[in-house]
Amino acid sequence: MVLTQFLVLGALMFSIGVFGLLSRRNAVTILLSVELMLAAVNINLVAFEAFWNTAAAHGQIFAIFVITIAAAEVGIGLAIILLVFRNRASGNIDELDLMRW
Amino acid sequence: MVNVSLPLVLAATDGAELSSGGFFAATAWIMLLLPFVAFLAIILVGKRLKGLGAELAIGAMGINLVWASVLLVQNMLEGIYREVGLTIAEIGTLGITDQNLSFELGFVVDGLSIMMYWVVAFVGFLVFLYAHGYMKGDVRVPWFFASLSLFAGSMLVLVGAPNLIQLIIGWEGVGLASYLLIGHYWEHKPNSDAAVKAFMTNKVADVGLILGTILIGPSLGSFRFSALNQAAANHSESLEGVAVVGGLLLFFGAMGKSAQFPLHVWLPDAMAGPTPVSALMHAATMVTAGIYLMARTFPLYQEMATDARAIMLPIAVITLFVLGFLALVADDLKRVLAFSTVSQLGYMMAAVAAGGYTAGLFHLFTHAFFKALLFLGAGSVIHAVHSNNMSDMGGLRKSMPVTFWTFVVGAVSLAGVIPLAGFWSKDEILATLGHEGYTLFMWVAILGAFVTAFYMTRAVSLTFLGTYKGTGHPHESPPVMTGPLVALAIPSVVAGLFNIPGVTWGPIGNFTEWVGHRVVPMGDYHPKSIEWDLAAYGLIAAGAGILLGWRLFAPDAATQTARDRLRIPVLYPLLHKGYYIDDLYMKGVVNPIKGPVARAVDWVNAYVIDTVINGVGALTARIGELVYGRFDQQGIDLVLNATAGGTGWAGGRLRLLQSGKVRQYAAGFVVGALLLVIALVIVI
Repeated sequence: MVLTQFLVLGALMFSIGVFGLLSRRNAVTILLSVELMLAAVNINLVAFEAFWNTAAAHGQIFAIFVITIAAAEVGIGLAIILLVFRNRASGNIDELDLMRW
Repeated sequence: MVNVSLPLVLAATDGAELSSGGFFAATAWIMLLLPFVAFLAIILVGKRLKGLGAELAIGAMGINLVWASVLLVQNMLEGIYREVGLTIAEIGTLGITDQNLSFELGFVVDGLSIMMYWVVAFVGFLVFLYAHGYMKGDVRVPWFFASLSLFAGSMLVLVGAPNLIQLIIGWEGVGLASYLLIGHYWEHKPNSDAAVKAFMTNKVADVGLILGTILIGPSLGSFRFSALNQAAANHSESLEGVAVVGGLLLFFGAMGKSAQFPLHVWLPDAMAGPTPVSALMHAATMVTAGIYLMARTFPLYQEMATDARAIMLPIAVITLFVLGFLALVADDLKRVLAFSTVSQLGYMMAAVAAGGYTAGLFHLFTHAFFKALLFLGAGSVIHAVHSNNMSDMGGLRKSMPVTFWTFVVGAVSLAGVIPLAGFWSKDEILATLGHEGYTLFMWVAILGAFVTAFYMTRAVSLTFLGTYKGTGHPHESPPVMTGPLVALAIPSVVAGLFNIPGVTWGPIGNFTEWVGHRVVPMGDYHPKSIEWDLAAYGLIAAGAGILLGWRLFAPDAATQTARDRLRIPVLYPLLHKGYYIDDLYMKGVVNPIKGPVARAVDWVNAYVIDTVINGVGALTARIGELVYGRFDQQGIDLVLNATAGGTGWAGGRLRLLQSGKVRQYAAGFVVGALLLVIALVIVI
């Protein structure tokens, strides 16, 4: 089954992304992990689209939206990380606990 | 809505057609409003004017005089009747008749009101002119002239009233203005007391007027005089039960304003006001109101409330005779004239009560001239001597010739000497009393004429003859004051000629016709020819009075001992105290109310009412405490505090979730998403 292979790849990539999100302290790595999760979702979207072969190409259009949003998200995320780094000379998000109780 | 009723077909007593009067009658409302305009204008700008507002008051009165004079002449030539009413508000049916009562304002132009308009305007104009000289340099001159305008304006509203409600408005306005004017020199306590007394006495009487109005208006279904007179003339059933009581209540109101016994007490005290006020009040604007009311509602008394005469006539005769004596003992020149006015009002009231509509009004008409003249003459003397007391006067004949001669004319006219005005009007009253069968009252009235002549001789003698007993050098008053004296002396002499029984002056007719032009015919008696025997009795009485007065109070230049020393043992103290009527009111009514009654009321207030109120207060406070302690503090607050505490405690626990560790949040997020997916799988 061609679809199953894509879904397994997407699931693996998503799991790697979740693992990276939870295990890393470096903000940039976390951002990378998020990107990985988004990419996994994109794979799923495109795979389903190709599998059902619809004329409207919804899945691909949706994937492009996700990519766009991911790009914007990375832009803002990196800008925040850059500013935090400038202030605290560190990219460790465990030290970013100003908002706690 | 304006109701203009033109002459009814019923027409006048003599059957003549009535005219609507044309332009001047249609615009007669201007007369009613002008003095009020002057009143406001004087209050606003009077201080800044050269004449301190006097010119505005005099101007308004002058315009009124022109209007009234034109109407008077018109009315002489052809009878005028016009009634205009402006409906201000509907009162409703009041459940007694099915007719809608309404509150209307308007004006009446007929013989009676035209005569009153003219008297008010003529006397008012001359008095205002005189006051301009009299009040020079006095206190509060603008306010004085404003009040005078208000006084005259209220009187015009009163006499122009087409219904009882407007009459009451004017009536109260006159009362208010008289209060203001009598108390003009309020810094001196007796003056403000006199003002209060006048106001309160009138207020007592006003209750009668208002009750009478309340009784008659709804019974009749209208407050209009025309409706009332019409109903009375037709012996309408609607008035059947209320005519006598209502008539007496209206008469009680008239007793106050027209100073009838025993409500006359305010009038002598009203002399506290400046003399022009006294002149206006006694001649035109105030005391005539009661007579006017009786004349306006005359058909009621003539046709239906005839039983009321049994009360009205004795009161009027007591007033004219008994109170006339009081003028014999007064030392204050103005008080002599005041008691004289009371007595003359008794004559007018007696005439109207006996059925002599014209006779009463004619005496009102002539009296207005010579009494205004006498008061203004007295004012001129007082102005020169700076004292009201005749014991400070004497011998002013030489230094004040104009005042003297005009005063003598007024006094002789008042005394009833032929052919002056007072003789004719008084003679007509005597004739009316005689004709209507009140012979006893007629003789009392003739005796009253004797008393009148007696005290006027005394006043003239003590004031102008003999030698001067005051201080300083009195001199004649300025022309602005003597002018009105001369102007009033002329009608004091000739006014009587307009109503000589049986005489008609060509196209202008006579006074009886002037005031007789009415919508409703009435059984007014007017003598057709002179009753010479009656005239002779009147003249003998007057002559005897003058002779006796001359004998007793004649000048005694050498010693002055014989003057004003008449002291009849029992009578003198009685008269000096005014028959103790004032004392009766003070000790019998005012002091008991001020003393025991007031104390009793105070006690009830302090011990009964206050106990109840304090009890209620204490009870309320106790209940309040209970509610506060048990319900508010221990009930509602408990719930609120528990809610707040619970929220705080929960918040304290829950905030620990906010660890600030981003990865923890992310883990929670992932776990939550997983749980959702699992739930989704299970559900599907």
